[in-house]
Amino acid sequence: MSETSDSQAPRYTLGQRIFLFFGSMDLAITLLLTLAVASVIGTVLQQNQPYTDYLIKFGPFWFEIFETAGLYDVYSALWFLAILTLLVVSTSVCVIRQTPSMIRDMWHLRTHVQEKSLQALRHNISWKVSTPENQTVTALMAEFTKQGFRVKQTDKTDAILISAMRGGMNRLGYILTHLAIIVICVGGLMDSNLPLKFAEWQGKIKVETRDLAVSQVPAKSRLSVSKQAFRGSINIPEGRSSDVAFVAMRDGYLVQSLPFKIEVIDFRIEHYETGQPKSFETDLIVHDSDLAEPLAATISVNHPLIYKGYAIYQASFSDGGSLLSIDAWPLDDRIGKEAIAIETQVFQTSQFRWGEQKTQLEITAFRPFNINADPTDDDPGRLRNFGPSMGFKLRSETGEAMEYLNYMLPVTRNEREFYLSGVRASPADEFGYLYLPVDNNGELTEFNQFLKRVRDKALVSAIAGEMMLETLAAIDGSEEGLQQSLQQTLTMLVAMFERGGFTTVTEFIETSLPEAERETLGPAYLAMLREMLARIYFSKVDDELVGEAELLFLQDAVDAIGSLPRYGSPVFLMLTDYEHVEASGLQIARSPGKPVVYLGCAFLVAGVFLLFYLPQRRLWVLVKTQAQGVTVLLAGMSNRNPRDFDPFFDQLTNTLKQLNGNSH
Amino acid sequence: MTTTTGTLNLVEDRPFTQWLWRGVMALAAMALIAIYSSVFDIYEISIVIFTAVAMMFLGQNWSGFRWHSLAVTILSLLAIRIYGNDLTLGETDFFLSYLLASQSAFMWMSALFVMATVSYFAGLLFRSEFTAKVGTGLTWSAATMGMIGLMVRWKESYLIGADVGHIPVSNLYEVFILFSVITALIYLFYERRYQIRSLGGFVLLVISAAVAFLLWYGFERGAHEIQPLVPALQSYWMKIHVPANFVGYGTFAMAAMIGVAYLLVSWQQTKNPNGRLVEAMPSLAVMDELMYKVIALGFAFFTVATILGALWAAEAWGGYWSWDPKETWALIVWLNYAAWLHMRMTKGWSGNPMAWWAVIGLFVTLFAFLGVNMFLTGLHSYGTL
Repeated sequence: MSETSDSQAPRYTLGQRIFLFFGSMDLAITLLLTLAVASVIGTVLQQNQPYTDYLIKFGPFWFEIFETAGLYDVYSALWFLAILTLLVVSTSVCVIRQTPSMIRDMWHLRTHVQEKSLQALRHNISWKVSTPENQTVTALMAEFTKQGFRVKQTDKTDAILISAMRGGMNRLGYILTHLAIIVICVGGLMDSNLPLKFAEWQGKIKVETRDLAVSQVPAKSRLSVSKQAFRGSINIPEGRSSDVAFVAMRDGYLVQSLPFKIEVIDFRIEHYETGQPKSFETDLIVHDSDLAEPLAATISVNHPLIYKGYAIYQASFSDGGSLLSIDAWPLDDRIGKEAIAIETQVFQTSQFRWGEQKTQLEITAFRPFNINADPTDDDPGRLRNFGPSMGFKLRSETGEAMEYLNYMLPVTRNEREFYLSGVRASPADEFGYLYLPVDNNGELTEFNQFLKRVRDKALVSAIAGEMMLETLAAIDGSEEGLQQSLQQTLTMLVAMFERGGFTTVTEFIETSLPEAERETLGPAYLAMLREMLARIYFSKVDDELVGEAELLFLQDAVDAIGSLPRYGSPVFLMLTDYEHVEASGLQIARSPGKPVVYLGCAFLVAGVFLLFYLPQRRLWVLVKTQAQGVTVLLAGMSNRNPRDFDPFFDQLTNTLKQLNGNSH
Repeated sequence: MTTTTGTLNLVEDRPFTQWLWRGVMALAAMALIAIYSSVFDIYEISIVIFTAVAMMFLGQNWSGFRWHSLAVTILSLLAIRIYGNDLTLGETDFFLSYLLASQSAFMWMSALFVMATVSYFAGLLFRSEFTAKVGTGLTWSAATMGMIGLMVRWKESYLIGADVGHIPVSNLYEVFILFSVITALIYLFYERRYQIRSLGGFVLLVISAAVAFLLWYGFERGAHEIQPLVPALQSYWMKIHVPANFVGYGTFAMAAMIGVAYLLVSWQQTKNPNGRLVEAMPSLAVMDELMYKVIALGFAFFTVATILGALWAAEAWGGYWSWDPKETWALIVWLNYAAWLHMRMTKGWSGNPMAWWAVIGLFVTLFAFLGVNMFLTGLHSYGTL
C-alpha cells in the first residue's frame, strides 16, 4: 500500500507534472478567487434581458463585444463553465491524490515511533509509577478507551508502546468537503442547459426569436418529452390549458413539450387589509392518459405541485385576455358624430378605418384596480382610486405607434370630473395626460358637442360674423374691407386653435404679425379667440343657465381641445364594461440533478463540521521498566486547535498520573 | 489582567446545574409544542426541538447565556401579558412604552450597545478592568434588550392581525437587530472562553455602526413599521435560513474587527513593543487563532445557510440555484472565505496578510448583505433601501 512513495522520484514525467499542477493548492486558491470575481459580472449586469434593452444601453459597438463575451448570460458562457470545469478538475486531482493517505490516516494507529520523536513533540511529559509494567499498561489502555480513543499495544524491545487516536473522522471531513464540490457541480451540470447549447451548436435545434403562436413554431425549435432537465414558463389563462412550456434562451425561446396537459381553473390574489398581496394561488387540473382521473391541485408560492418529476410552481400572473367593451368617441369630425361601440380583448389586435386613415388597435394591458398617486398631483403621497385601466397602442399604416393608458372612472380634480388618458410615443418617455371634462350627466356628450361646433365651419363663420358686427358697432367702424378681414381673422384663429392649440396661435402671432403691432395685437388676438370660443360654446346654452359651472366647463373644454393635437389619436376610447380574465404564470421545471446536488450539500455540511469541530488527536505512551522502576512517557498531538489541546493534555496527564499511583 | 488574556477557559459547571438547564430547555420545548400543537406543523415542531437542543449545548457551561435566556423569557412573557389583545397599550402602558414594547426595547438596545463600546474602549485606555467589565455587562444588557424586542415584535405582529403575524426576520430593519444581537452573543461567547475583554471595543464598534444604520433607517425611512409578509416569504424556511445566515455575517464581522485589532497591535509592536496597547491586548498568536476559529465557525454556518437558501429557492422560485444577485454574492462570500481557510490551513499563512484579508472579507460580506439590496435588482428584493 505504501509502495506509491516510489513514484516520488526527483524527475516527473509530463503527465505527472500536469497532474501535480492541477492538484496544486495555488491553482485551487486562484480558481476560487477567479470564480468569485467572474461571478460579480453577472450581478452588476442584469442577466437575460431582452437584447434590444442591451443594445439601447451599450450602443451597437459594445453590445456586440459583450454579446461575444457571453455577458448577457455569463453563468452559461463557455469561459465561465471552463473556470468551473477547471475547479472540478483541480478538486478531483486533490481528492484522488489525498484520499489514500487520508483513509490510512483515518484508521492507522502509528506504532513506528521512537522515544526520541515522542520527546520532540510539543506536548510530552514523563513520570514514574509504582505499579508494575503490565498493570500500568492495562490501566492506561482502559482509561484511553473510556475517553473514546482507539488503542493499540505494541511490544518493543525495551518498552511497551500504546498508540491511541480519537477523531480520525476529521480526515473524512476533508474527503467529504472536496467530494461535495465535485458532486454539486456534476448535479448542477445535469440540470444545466449545456446539452441544449451543444444540440444548437450541432444544428439540431434553433432558438426561435419571433413572436409566434405555439402551433406555428417550427419543429427545430421544439423539444420533445425526455429525461432532460429544463426550466420553462407558461402563462395559462383561466379556463384554458397547455401542454408545453417556453424555455428562454438568449434572445429567444424553445418550446418544451410536456407529457401531460395543465388546465388552469382559477387564479386568485388575496390581499391584506392594507392592500398588499397576501397570496397568489392557482387551481389547476393535470390531464394525463396515465391517470385514472384528472388530478386536481391548488398551487401557491412556496407550495408547488410535483408530478412525474416535473415541478409546477406559481411564478407570476398576467392578464388572460380580459373582455373589454369600449366606446370610441370621435375626436376627428371625419369619423362621425356619435360614439362607436367596440368589443375587444386584451392582447387582441383589431383594424379600424377612422377617418381617412387605417388604424390598428392593440390592447396591451388591463388592470381592474388602480389605487395610485395622481401622476399630475404635486403630492405623490396622496392616493386615489382611478378604477380599472386599459393600456393600448394605436398603430398607423406606417407602423408608428402611440401608447395610451386610459382609466375607466373619471377622476376628480379641483372638484371637477375628468376622464384621464395618458399618452406617450415611446416606453422611455413619461406619460403626458389628457383631461376630458365630464358633463352633468357624467358623459363626454357635452364636450363632444362643443368640439363638433368648434369644427363646424358654417357655425364658426356665422358666429364670427355676429361678433364682428358687434365689435365694429362698438368702435363705429363700418368699412367693407375691415368687416371681411376681421371675420376672416376670427374664423382663422378658431381653425388654427382647433388644428394646433394655443401653441400654434401664439406661433402665428410671433411669426406673422409685424413686430411693431405684436405688442398690442397679440393679446387682442388671444382675447378675440377666447371670446369666439365662448360664443361658440354658449351659442347652444340658454343665457339664463350660464353660471360658474358652465364657465369652468368651458375653460376645461378649451384646455382639452387645445391639447388634442398633441394627443395624436382620432378617437377617445372609453372603457364602459369588462370581464376580467386572469392568466396564471407557471414555471415548470425538471431537474434530475437535484438529488445529486442535495447529496453533495449533505456531504459539504457533514464534511465542514467534521473538519472544523472534530480534531484528530493522537496520543502515545511508552511504558519502560528500568532499574529505578517503571517510567511513563506520554506524548500527544492534535491536527486542529492546538490551544484547545493544551488544557486537554494537562487534564489527561493529571488523570493518568492519579491512575497509576505515581511517585512524583 | 494581561496574564490571563488569551488563556482558554474550559471551566465546566456543576453537573446539577447542567442537568437543571437541560431539563428546563426540554420542558420549555414540550410546553411550547403542547400549547401550539394545533397550529404547528412538523417543520415548526422540528425547529422548536432543534432550538431547544442548541440552547442546551450553549447554556450548559455558560451561565451568562442562561441568565440572558431567563431574562428574555421572563420579560418577553411579561410584555405579552401586559399587551393582552390590545396593541395600543404599547403607547399608553408605562412598562411597554418605556421599556418592553419592541421599539422601546430596540432603543434601549441601541443606547446600551453604544455605551458598551465606550466602556470597553475606556477600560482599554485607562487599563481599568472594572470599566471593561462594565462593558461586558452593558453588552449582555444590550443583547438581552434586543432579543426581548425581537420577541415582543413577534407578538406585536400577531396583534396587528393574525394573518400579518410572522417572525421578525423578514426585512432589513429586523435583520439588522438580529445581526447586532447575534454578533454580540458570539463575541460574548469568545470573550468568556478566551478571556479577551480587550477586544470588546473593536467588535462592539461594528455593532455600533449597525445600530447607527438601524436608527437612521428607522427614523428617516420609517422602516420600523411592521409589514405583512409578501407571499414568497411565507415559509418555515425563513425561520432557519435567515438566523443561520446571520451567524455567518456576525462571525465574519467579528473576524474582521479582530483583524483590525491584530493589524493595530502588530503595527504598534514594531514601533513601541512595550507600549500600553501591546501590553493590554491579547498576543498576536491568540488573535490570529481566534480569527481562524471565528471564520471557521462563520464558514460552517454560512455554508448551512446558503444550502438552506437553495432548498427554499427550489420550493419558492422553482430552482435551487438561479444566479440571482443575492445568491451569487453569497457564493462570492463563500468562495472568499473558502480561499482564506485554504490559505490558512493548507498553506499555513498567518499574520498580517490574513488579517488584511479578514478585513477585506467584511466589505465583501457587507456588499452581499447590504450592497445587493441597494444597488442590484433581483429576486431577493425584500430589504430595499
